[in-house]
Amino acid sequence: MSNRRDVWITGIGLVSSLGEGPEAHRLALSSGTAPVVDETGFAPYVVHPLAPISFDAQIPKKGDQRQMEPWQRIGTYAAGLALDSAGIKGDKDILGTTDMVVAAGGGERDQSVDGAILTEIENQPNPEVFLNEQLQSNLRPTLFLAQLSNLLAGNISIVHGVTGSSRTFMGEESSGTDAVRIGWSRIAAGTSEIALVGGAYNAERRDMLLLFALKRLAMHAPWAPVLAEPKGVPTGSAGAFLVLESPEHATARGAKPIAKLSGVWSERARRNEPGAVEAVLEQLLTTAGADKGDQTAVFSAASGAPEPTQAEAAVLARSGLPVRSVTDRVGHGLEAQMPVALALAALSVAEGKLFAPLTGETLEKPFDGPLSRAIVTAVGHWRGEGVALVERAD
Amino acid sequence: MASYTDKAGRPIVVVTGMGLVTSLGQGKQDNWAKLTSGMSGIHRITRFPIDGMRTTIAGTVDYLPKSKSTAPDLSEELATLAADEAIAESGIGTKGAFPGPLFCAVPPIELEWPQRRILAQEAAPNAAVTYDDLLRAAEANGHDAWHERFLYGSIADHLADRFGTRGQPISLSTACASGNTSIQLGVEAIRRGDCEAALSIATDGSVTAEALIRFSLLSALSTNNDVPEAASRPFAKNRDGFIIAEGAGALVLESLEHALARGAKILGVVEGVGEMADSFHRTRSSPDAKPVIGCMRRALADAGVEPDAIDYINAHGTSTPENDRMEFTGMSAVFGERLTGIPISSNKSMIGHTLTAAGAIEAVISLMTIANGRIPPTINYEMPDPAIPLDVVPNVARDATVTRVMSNSFGFGGQNVCLILTDEPA
Repeated sequence: MSNRRDVWITGIGLVSSLGEGPEAHRLALSSGTAPVVDETGFAPYVVHPLAPISFDAQIPKKGDQRQMEPWQRIGTYAAGLALDSAGIKGDKDILGTTDMVVAAGGGERDQSVDGAILTEIENQPNPEVFLNEQLQSNLRPTLFLAQLSNLLAGNISIVHGVTGSSRTFMGEESSGTDAVRIGWSRIAAGTSEIALVGGAYNAERRDMLLLFALKRLAMHAPWAPVLAEPKGVPTGSAGAFLVLESPEHATARGAKPIAKLSGVWSERARRNEPGAVEAVLEQLLTTAGADKGDQTAVFSAASGAPEPTQAEAAVLARSGLPVRSVTDRVGHGLEAQMPVALALAALSVAEGKLFAPLTGETLEKPFDGPLSRAIVTAVGHWRGEGVALVERAD
Repeated sequence: MASYTDKAGRPIVVVTGMGLVTSLGQGKQDNWAKLTSGMSGIHRITRFPIDGMRTTIAGTVDYLPKSKSTAPDLSEELATLAADEAIAESGIGTKGAFPGPLFCAVPPIELEWPQRRILAQEAAPNAAVTYDDLLRAAEANGHDAWHERFLYGSIADHLADRFGTRGQPISLSTACASGNTSIQLGVEAIRRGDCEAALSIATDGSVTAEALIRFSLLSALSTNNDVPEAASRPFAKNRDGFIIAEGAGALVLESLEHALARGAKILGVVEGVGEMADSFHRTRSSPDAKPVIGCMRRALADAGVEPDAIDYINAHGTSTPENDRMEFTGMSAVFGERLTGIPISSNKSMIGHTLTAAGAIEAVISLMTIANGRIPPTINYEMPDPAIPLDVVPNVARDATVTRVMSNSFGFGGQNVCLILTDEPA
């Protein structure tokens, strides 16, 4: 389609194991701080725990916080930071037209209820009847709402008043790519002026590790850099939201771009075909203009799952571009990982420089030149390949 | 020669294929015959024990091979059947090569009790079972296939393989508005010029004991257990909750230009889509119905028509006391005094509330209503509610010329999406 518009990133909200907000992340990344990992709390697995957050700052009502599971609190908090960053927090007129696309999984189960049921159920004369009785008497009625995928968006509507539109995408990593892509596409095509896109993930939960464990895909301690040694997914608690905006809309309210989101592409390699991931990712990088300019770096959202990460590492090595693994720094936030990586990419491009390589991540080379473009790669641990391009706005 | 673009200069989006599965049966014709004769698909639950349950009825789909399997297995089978029917009718693409993206609304997915129980038994701890035990068993015992099965993306992924849709499919949820959202995303993609065709599917085969209990704990379900067929009573005074149900709807969407160029039969037009989120409450709608009103008005504006142009409303009509009152309030504001003269019916009176799938199923039925000139009734309307006076097409189908339908879907989490569907391109 012709006459596409530019899309600006005018707000970023980010929380992770490194802290909250751009400054905390910039500091941690530039000083080369070691990743924050918990190797004992969920042994044998490695998780990146969320930094201490005072949720009251973005979710003032305790009643609201009580209605949410941690993943929803993380996301609602990060969304609030993004709206603050864009300068539209509390602006009812703008929030009433803000289009929201959220990438989400599901919420945490009541693990003690599950455990108690599983302890007794096989001794029952009628296990299924017992199960129903136990669930009816022990499930917290509102827990369901904290588990529903679309209730992160629902909570953002309630707490922050974003009501222009509200869509929730599921489907693990690719949902994060497509949430950003659809928000971007609508603004670029002129059918939306401002959008809030992002996702959140709580890694500190055994029920979620269980899904990975079924295929032995969760990273076991000790922690290892994912591109150099992809031995499993080091999940990380994180939330990231971006405010995307048309230049016209932003300029009219006096807002400045942090960076420009120049494109988002998603694809689906047929992974049972050898070399498919590499071929698809290579093509996506070409589409994003990986060969253009020497001020370009790759921000990898690689999962750490062995096969796709090996494929991604091979492609990134061939690209010759400076690479930084976002997952090494903050862990892997599944649905949230593309938004998290985009947030860090946009902040680096805005600053005009790339943070230092991580010891042991051999693909990461020093890069001292000015940084004007960042390509984010998001290859799903099981399915879905995505790429986004961030450029300096000036 | 008709124009390929609408009043706003955007590509006109038409429907060229539709598919349907509900508790009433498989396929459009079977469903249509039953819907227009006022049959109910609601029945006593047999899938799991109902001893001690507050609600013992549902509109489950019990006649398929996967009906006793997991929620994602059944949801995938329902979606496959609906999409098979839609694509066959449309004649688009070639077998296994659909020329556009897939937008697929799917229910909540997670590991289920049978799998948890197997893991717990394999772990066989001497003390109380914990998730650490399940994790150990998961790592050790080669249940690899469960990983993929219980990922949110796996239903759409398998459908993408089967139908050969392009690119990474989008799995989505806007709760009970999901079906409409799956259509909305396809319409938007075609209007933007991203694609010439899209496959929109919404499916829900997730009636497990735990799902029923969860809705029951929120007091959302009817407890009119005695006569299952008579339990779903949208807009009636004695309505007391919705009936949880299963099904799937699928629509092949195309630009008018693309459809005409290949000589496709056009089943209808998605003329407008409106959306507005509600910030009032997690499960309740704003009492002033403002978001619902805004959503309907945006849909009309998107279609470029006035309220007067609507001659039938396919209501969300869940049969909960609150939804039906709020929907009435919203429609009253939008349609004014004319409202009582507009036929409004709820398919949910017969097929129950198919949750994720409802919007797509009801869009298919809406277009069949237009095509057949016959409006499916709202059954079980024995006791009109004087607080919400409406022509609900009570109990018996009605012949009527219908050219333009408004189809509403509202969901938990403040989700509201409204469609305007018409017969032929202007």
